[in-house]
Amino acid sequence: MSIMSYNGAAIMAMRGKDCVAIAADRRFGVQAQTVSMDFQKIFEIGPTLYVGLPGLATDVQTIAQKLKFRTNLYELRENRKMKPKTFLSVVSNLLYERRFGPYFVEPVVAGLDPNTSEPFIASLDLIGCPMITEDFVVSGTCSEQMYGMCESLWEPDMSPDDLFETISQALLNAVDRDAVSGWGAIVHIIEKDKVTTKTLKARMD
Amino acid sequence: MECLIGIKGKDFVIVASDTISARSIVSMKQDHDKMFKLSDKIVMACSGESGDTVQFAEYISKNIQLYKMRNGYELSPRAAANFTRRNLAEYLRSRTPYQVNMLIGGYDETDGPSLFYMDYLAALIEAPFAAHGYGSFFVLSLLDRYYRDDVTQEGAIKLLHQCIDEVQKRFIVNLPTFKVRCINKDGITDLPDLRAGKQ
Repeated sequence: MSIMSYNGAAIMAMRGKDCVAIAADRRFGVQAQTVSMDFQKIFEIGPTLYVGLPGLATDVQTIAQKLKFRTNLYELRENRKMKPKTFLSVVSNLLYERRFGPYFVEPVVAGLDPNTSEPFIASLDLIGCPMITEDFVVSGTCSEQMYGMCESLWEPDMSPDDLFETISQALLNAVDRDAVSGWGAIVHIIEKDKVTTKTLKARMD
Repeated sequence: MECLIGIKGKDFVIVASDTISARSIVSMKQDHDKMFKLSDKIVMACSGESGDTVQFAEYISKNIQLYKMRNGYELSPRAAANFTRRNLAEYLRSRTPYQVNMLIGGYDETDGPSLFYMDYLAALIEAPFAAHGYGSFFVLSLLDRYYRDDVTQEGAIKLLHQCIDEVQKRFIVNLPTFKVRCINKDGITDLPDLRAGKQ
């Protein structure tokens, strides 16, 4: 079995009208054995900037701490909040430093520009190749299922409420076809001056 | 083959470990203590590669004691667990990784009791109950069914006994006795060894 699916995870981000959403499952398992149902995979980087880290759980925690360290240093040195696009470069740089012995995470970045409030979503592979999209990004053990759900449910310029419904349905129905992800979900809806966090009831079988 | 079990209650946490020291298919010692004291109110139970467990646990334990001497105050259980995680994660990507799984149980004046699960890859999780090793396959389902977050110390011991009985009944490897320690506001107390069958 691949090391990328040792612990299991499913994360996606979507773009709406003046808002973005990021959602993740909450399972932590060791191969088929579920150990915990409240594992944190989405991390707050700034007031309107979030990163989701699916992959090997130990690297999820290590990368989250290293990113926190680098963004903190940036904000102290520059005296301003980091733009999502800049943050994407920080993540990319951190991962590419380990090009030949990588951290096993494929991050998802979602946020609004601190100045213009322009929505931004992107994902990277485990060695830091960035991909910026205009619609949605998915990453994790059930990416095929997530692509299928997003492709059929997503539409442009959704309101925050519609976006919440869409991303929730897309994630919940994707993880139900995957054995190593699911067991609860969490959704963050990011707007200009409000972030709504909701935990979802999911199938627990 | 080894088994570690941890159960958290409202004002205490119980950590138990089997007592077999084995080389390959031979049981070499039947009263081996796999728990290490990190501070007055933190205990770490370790399983895994036998040389690594002692070496790593003592390294962590002594560093936490050094921290207390240098700073005049103790590391909280959460801080101790994160310190352990960081060290294990750094060793994981070195040429000499430690193959150690552990449960960390501790009591903090402000946070109350806490139980942490960490595998040899250094993934750290806080949990109301946790188990390591083959025994966890039997134990976790039992705890899922019978654990309540308002469990008393007596109730937790009874639950633990149920777990040990199940391991003895369904697991082909013989793990008859478990060392048990309870951590609460008064510190660490050694409880009598639990033996499968006898209540």
